[in-house]
Amino acid sequence: MSTDSRTGPQSWRVGQQLAPLTLGPLTRTMLALYAGGSGDHNPLHLDPEFARSAGLPDVIGHGMLTMALLARYVTHLVPQTALQSYSVRFLDMARVGDEIICSASVQEIFENESGRLLQLQLSAARGNGEVLVSGTATIALARSVGADA
Amino acid sequence: MNVQRSIGLTMPPFVFEIERFQLRLFAQAVGETRSIYLDVDAAQAAGFRDLPALPTFAFTIGMPPQAPFDLLEALELDLRGVLHGEQSFTYFRPMCAGDRVRVHRKVVEAYERKGGALQFFVVEMRLEPEAGGELFCMARQTIVMRALGDQQ
Repeated sequence: MSTDSRTGPQSWRVGQQLAPLTLGPLTRTMLALYAGGSGDHNPLHLDPEFARSAGLPDVIGHGMLTMALLARYVTHLVPQTALQSYSVRFLDMARVGDEIICSASVQEIFENESGRLLQLQLSAARGNGEVLVSGTATIALARSVGADA
Repeated sequence: MNVQRSIGLTMPPFVFEIERFQLRLFAQAVGETRSIYLDVDAAQAAGFRDLPALPTFAFTIGMPPQAPFDLLEALELDLRGVLHGEQSFTYFRPMCAGDRVRVHRKVVEAYERKGGALQFFVVEMRLEPEAGGELFCMARQTIVMRALGDQQ
């Protein structure tokens, strides 16, 4: 069940699936722009010949680009100032042409010394469902008040 | 470098200056078009000192602009075999254009799997204001090195 996520994290419930977002598909231009913007100009992401010398059929996407796209999805669900932590595992190499389907569900709502927090389970998958990146984000519920009114 | 010997490797700290130009370029590269990330007035109206850095820009701050792969070089890793295994960030307060960030990096764990075919290096990074004061961000990165010998 996918629920309208525009209602905001205050009203989300554990187990709730948030509306997914499809980004991309990854293009060589995106990889070049990301290399320039991020400073990560490893030729594995830019130069097919170099990628072949590494035993790969073609260039691969920066894992950090996929993580950044997934972060863009998260910061559309909640304001960045509410983001307390963000962790991912890179499970597969992103390739040119891959769509990046971002999805999230509410894993846990809990309290600690910094207040009331919500943990999202995140994934970025290809169009065929293969997961490229999985992760979690911890969101401060109290701190987001007023930041996205 | 021998995996065991790499544990404790500490890179010399350096200072990363966050520039508006690069934040805008980074935002463009990840398709971020909201005005708080591009327009200084909009950012300040939203309560930021200046344009805020996007969440994963913290990783870029961890790479010295003049030598982005210095850590991989210190570990003697061939760029062709390097993969990113895991990445995490803990945020304490926003980093913005104009901030001068002191970057500390240290290898805190290293191990081999599959009889040495895969090597893992866990790097902890601390981002703090050059002038002192409350920490901006802590990060943890797992670098995976795959054996290249049988790929050639």
